[in-house]
Amino acid sequence: MKVLVPVKRVIDYNVKVRVKADGSGVDLANVKMSMNPFDEIAVEQAIRLKETGQAEEVVAVSIGVKQAQETLRTALAMGADRAILVVAADDVHTDIEPLSVAKILAKIVEEEQPGLVLCGKQAIDNDMNATGQMLSALLGWSQATFASEVEVAGDKAKVTREVDGGLQTIEVTMPTIITVDLRLNEPRYASLPNIMKAKKKPLDEKTAADYGVDVSPRLSVVKTEEPAARAAGIKVGSVDELVAKLKEAGAV
Amino acid sequence: MTTYGLTEEHQMITETVRSFVEKEIYPHEELVERTGEVPEEIAQEIKRKTIELGFYACNFPESVGCAGLSHVEFALVERELGRGSMALNHFFGRPQNILMACEGEQIERYLMPAVRGEKMDALAMTEPGAGSDVRGMKCSAMRDGGDWVVNGTKHFISGAEHADFVIVFIATGEDQTPKGPKKRITAFLVDRGTPGFTIRDGYKSVSHRGYKNMILEFDDCRLPDTQVLGEVDSGFEVMNTWLYATRITVAAMSVGRARRAFDYALDYAAQREQFGQPIGKFQGVSFQLADMVTEIDAADLLTLAAADRLDRDLPANREIASAKLYASEMLARVTDAAIQLHGGMGLMDDYPLERFWRDARVERIWDGTSEIQRHIISRDMLRALGA
Ligand SMILES: Cc1cc2nc3c(=O)[nH]c(=O)nc-3n(C[C@H](O)[C@H](O)[C@H](O)COP(=O)(O)OP(=O)(O)OC[C@H]3O[C@@H](n4cnc5c(N)ncnc54)[C@H](O)[C@@H]3O)c2cc1C
Ligand SMILES: Cc1cc2nc3c(=O)[nH]c(=O)nc-3n(C[C@H](O)[C@H](O)[C@H](O)COP(=O)(O)OP(=O)(O)OC[C@H]3O[C@@H](n4cnc5c(N)ncnc54)[C@H](O)[C@@H]3O)c2cc1C
Repeated sequence: MKVLVPVKRVIDYNVKVRVKADGSGVDLANVKMSMNPFDEIAVEQAIRLKETGQAEEVVAVSIGVKQAQETLRTALAMGADRAILVVAADDVHTDIEPLSVAKILAKIVEEEQPGLVLCGKQAIDNDMNATGQMLSALLGWSQATFASEVEVAGDKAKVTREVDGGLQTIEVTMPTIITVDLRLNEPRYASLPNIMKAKKKPLDEKTAADYGVDVSPRLSVVKTEEPAARAAGIKVGSVDELVAKLKEAGAV
Repeated sequence: MTTYGLTEEHQMITETVRSFVEKEIYPHEELVERTGEVPEEIAQEIKRKTIELGFYACNFPESVGCAGLSHVEFALVERELGRGSMALNHFFGRPQNILMACEGEQIERYLMPAVRGEKMDALAMTEPGAGSDVRGMKCSAMRDGGDWVVNGTKHFISGAEHADFVIVFIATGEDQTPKGPKKRITAFLVDRGTPGFTIRDGYKSVSHRGYKNMILEFDDCRLPDTQVLGEVDSGFEVMNTWLYATRITVAAMSVGRARRAFDYALDYAAQREQFGQPIGKFQGVSFQLADMVTEIDAADLLTLAAADRLDRDLPANREIASAKLYASEMLARVTDAAIQLHGGMGLMDDYPLERFWRDARVERIWDGTSEIQRHIISRDMLRALGA
């Protein structure tokens, strides 16, 4: 089985996000970018499937600006076998919308014929939480979202989903699309031998036009704002004092 | 997209080590600071993970099953490690590459176990009476039958409490030269537990709590010829071949630690308000930040450039000395300024700044003091002019 893992280059989760002065979005010039943490979990899961012999090949795909090549190299250094970069924008501030991403992925799936697509449940930059689901619809494949446990056995996958009230376990027929949640696994660090090998692994460069997909935006951002600043906390010396303060604040 | 001179692999090495230090080292730092000890489980855990990642002994070549990093790559590893506690980083093993001088059965007894993380090493040159002046050492070995009998003391020996064996430089004779007598020196491999050899607690240092320095004592300690590393009387050649590059480590670590201190300072300058505005808005503070980052970048480039010379087989003695000198002195200024920017809180152990400041102090002393580096730099230039 081949596993396809789409990975997105996003602002690093440690970076203090700053809104651009004109409110058009978040400032991404000269800030640290990394692989979307949920996608890292997806890559990790794919590599584990390969290690247990359930997958033969792990292919990472990124759609976005040329610099997403770095994100793909990280996936290769973690252990993916090869990568496909689809250049679909020039400006680092351009965000390709989920439907366009899903359409390109659908074409890649046609070409690559994977048995499984493992995606992050959402990207931490815009929290869309849509690409996996849209891809499922476009392909007519089954889907299992918010996975916290995945067991692949033959042509079925048993997936535990993190839903609001607790955990739900479902069985889906392969080929399928699984979107992964935070608790599925702990992604590994890129090992040194793999970092050295990553450069030699194949990375195909394509453009959105190669797949005949129009990536022009359908949504427009009206305004981006900083969240309200959190007021400073206070330290209390004892439980009694804590209770008193909470009462004072009308919280208990 | 690359930083000046650095490739994608370089970036990945940097990021992997950085996130390893942040996730596996930072969380234990406070405990080590408080107790002055690294708990055995934590030490073993760091070692195990480092081995798994293929970073253990990454300064050793592929011929012995290691990563064979270039000097630049290794400097990047050390730079990121420099952000974290030395006591904990000790287990992100980087054995002394002088072990490449092992021959015959020494390879299986010392070199291979060291690079596989089965045995740990330490290196001993310094004595109470011989620091900068290594040749002034008194610890000596006398021939007795086919063996050597060693007497003397070494002090300030880092990591010896964890060492299974120590690489020890010992005087094995004296030559008469026109400039007076000159010691002949030999490097020995000495196993912990060898009769007549004791490792005992050293002094309490203000820098790097938990990264201990030990005292080694030799009392009629008998060593066979099989314990000689390299040739008899060629200790200086062995030292120059292999220890030449270790000063880059001090420079690189200084850069990493300075950046960590700087991150705190920058953040605080943006957050802390006095007189109705962030203190970073006062030019007295903002210009200080500008100077700090400029010096850090300069030290970073100087260090990588010196490492790059080694990779290109160019003479690098002066450049390494300049990097070690400048980076360690830069670290002193940057950690001091970072405390100043924090006002009174900078001194309190609620922040790690007072620790960075204390830790910075030793960098100007070990692996050759600042004065010795200045001596190397100036001699390198003046000797060529016959002065
Ligand atoms: C925490 C710690 C760990 C260490 N770990 C190790 C280790 O693992 N193995 C090891 O072998 N050593 C180790 N050392 C020893 C270290 O390398 C020495 O401390 C260093 O070389 C300086 O020697 P010294 O302390 O004897 O100072 P000295 O050499 O006595 O120097 C005293 C002062 O005189 C100055 N001075 C000396 N000679 C000259 C000169 N010619 N011109 C101008 N000024 C001069 C020095 O710069 C210094 O300011 C460690 C030291 C410390 C503090
Ligand atoms: C051990 C200790 C004991 C103390 N004991 C007492 C005591 O007994 N009683 C008491 O009342 N206080 C005491 N203090 C408080 C001490 O006086 C303050 O720490 C000091 O005034 C600095 O204030 P701060 O720490 O809040 O730093 P901040 O005022 O926040 O300063 C932070 C940084 O910003 C800089 N800065 C601030 N404003 C400007 C400006 N306008 N232009 C340029 N730079 C600026 C400062 O120079 C500093 O580098 C003590 C402090 C310590 C550390």
